[in-house]
Amino acid sequence: MFYLTPRKEISLFFTISIPVISILLTIIFGFFIFSVLGYDPGKALYHFFMSPLSRLDKIADLFVKACPLMIIGTGLVLCFRANIWNIGAEGQLIMGAVFAGGLALSFSETQSLWLLPAMAIFSFIGGALWALFPALLKIKLRTNEILVTLMLTYVASLFLDWLVRGPWRSPTSFGFPLTKYYPDVGLISKIYFPGIGNISQLHWGVFVAILICLLCWFAMEKTVFGFQIKLIGDSPQALRFSGFNESKTTIALFIISGGLAGLAGMIEVSANIGQLQPNISFGYGFTAIIVAFLARLNPAAVIISGLLIALIEVGGDSAQIALAIPKVVTGVFKGILLFFLLAGETLTKYEIGFNYHQKSSLND
Amino acid sequence: MIDALVLTILMTSVPLILAATGELVVERSGVLNLGLEGMMLMGAVSAFALTYISGSLLVGLLAGIISGCLTAAIFGFFVLGLATNQVATGLALTIFGTGLSGLIGSDFVGKAIEGLPTLFPETFSNLPIIGVFFALDAVAYLSLFIVFLVWIFLFKSKYGLILRACGISHNSAHSLGYKVLTVRWCSILFGGMMAGLGGAYLPLMLTPHWSEGMTSGRGWIALALVVFASWMPSRIIYGAILFGAITIMQLAGQARGWTIPPQFLSSLPYIATIFVLVLISSKGTAKYLAPSDLTRPFISSK
Repeated sequence: MFYLTPRKEISLFFTISIPVISILLTIIFGFFIFSVLGYDPGKALYHFFMSPLSRLDKIADLFVKACPLMIIGTGLVLCFRANIWNIGAEGQLIMGAVFAGGLALSFSETQSLWLLPAMAIFSFIGGALWALFPALLKIKLRTNEILVTLMLTYVASLFLDWLVRGPWRSPTSFGFPLTKYYPDVGLISKIYFPGIGNISQLHWGVFVAILICLLCWFAMEKTVFGFQIKLIGDSPQALRFSGFNESKTTIALFIISGGLAGLAGMIEVSANIGQLQPNISFGYGFTAIIVAFLARLNPAAVIISGLLIALIEVGGDSAQIALAIPKVVTGVFKGILLFFLLAGETLTKYEIGFNYHQKSSLND
Repeated sequence: MIDALVLTILMTSVPLILAATGELVVERSGVLNLGLEGMMLMGAVSAFALTYISGSLLVGLLAGIISGCLTAAIFGFFVLGLATNQVATGLALTIFGTGLSGLIGSDFVGKAIEGLPTLFPETFSNLPIIGVFFALDAVAYLSLFIVFLVWIFLFKSKYGLILRACGISHNSAHSLGYKVLTVRWCSILFGGMMAGLGGAYLPLMLTPHWSEGMTSGRGWIALALVVFASWMPSRIIYGAILFGAITIMQLAGQARGWTIPPQFLSSLPYIATIFVLVLISSKGTAKYLAPSDLTRPFISSK
């Protein structure tokens, strides 16, 4: 049996090595799972982790896939750091896309270049409103935000489903649940590299995503607001003594994380789809939770962790096409990775000792 | 017609009763397991797969219980052994369970099995008015019995008192010489068995087939039910029947050609959950009735 003793200092070695070791352990686990399922583990792992890195255009696809994960993940980092559990980013993403989509569809003939920025603002408001409700319930009534944000995710997804099958369905969609296409000014263009041209689907949203992560890092590390966030998470009592308003910070965090999720939804639709449909997200809001933890709750590290998780997602597609491995296996990988990361968190905070002889000092 | 409706409502509430009762015991011991959805899905897929292969419902039910228990053991290892964050570990368990159940179940999509038979002979269920209460299957009656047993255990037995003590103040319980981690291990495993059985009920009884993510949020609703019941076992039954009724409303609405869009009726259980949470927290009871050491990891000094 083993026991835990708190460490006096958190070592830098652990801080850096834990994500790396977690990923390696997940790959070893993957080897094991594929062997049990009867797939060639070498081939499967190649398709999962190497094939998405084999060509420039595939690497560009990684960035495209990581784009929403980065934007949502960095917002969630701020929340989780303050011990606030907004796990309904998926619903906030959908509402952001709905708000932006409503604007684009109402001005479907416009040529104005203001449409795209307006859609970005609308999507932020949409996501923020969807997060504001659980935030107010939390601070006014202490209602559990985990359950409320989750329930709102189901509601948002059904709401979008109703919109695209009902009032917003395009008359020319042949009965398919699709809206009209957005006007061209409501779409996000691909990045044009002089001399090379476009690289696969790489679009300007990716640039925005990286910028947002850096901004959030700045806010967290260099501003008073960031200090308050850390204080809520580490010691709410100290926050109250120092005269900061905990409720205000909580609301701000919900608005930021919800708004960013909404923005991610708008970017996803405007850059990749161009119209609304029943499924606009592939669980990005939930996957971003893992992205946040893989970044060890550092807003800038989300850039790297977003890319790593995107690798698993794209690898899952590649393995499904090449070897007919069901796509759900990525969920297993993501779950295992999160387990290892959390276990690593314990290793950084505590020393683990082992006891073989004395029954009296067992850890219970 | 009314009989059929009541019967469906009662059957819909069974998985909620089972999963919520298990979670109630877990939370009473001071641990929050958000992985209910994952454990239920693992229970559901194992139960369906083994029933399909063996042809025996009993084997299927046992498989559901065992796999729920094993999935919970993963959670216990991390949360108790390594004192990881309970909220995040629970989420990891749900992501993991959803993925693994989909992977195991991918070979069983589109296959059908025969559901559980009713416990009593048809002469009883044909009785007017009360007949519907004799038309259920063994697991449904078992679920009510389990709620009763859990109540007896928690509030009438010494061990229940120890379990509740661990949830209220693990340091005090530890000082008195009780093994906090052992108590929590037992309750987590029990919670897993109940969630597994609740999950197994879905493919074996409610819809005799397997589909990916078939719990569709029932695990989360069961979590809300524990708050609704303010950690008292008997109240879970009322709550579950209420949710069963709301869930069934969409089917009834479709059958009667209501003009309300089906998506709105489908979102009712989720909206009702929020509503109930708000109601409970506005009364302020949740704060006082929740085990005070809930989600706090127990780390003893050497």
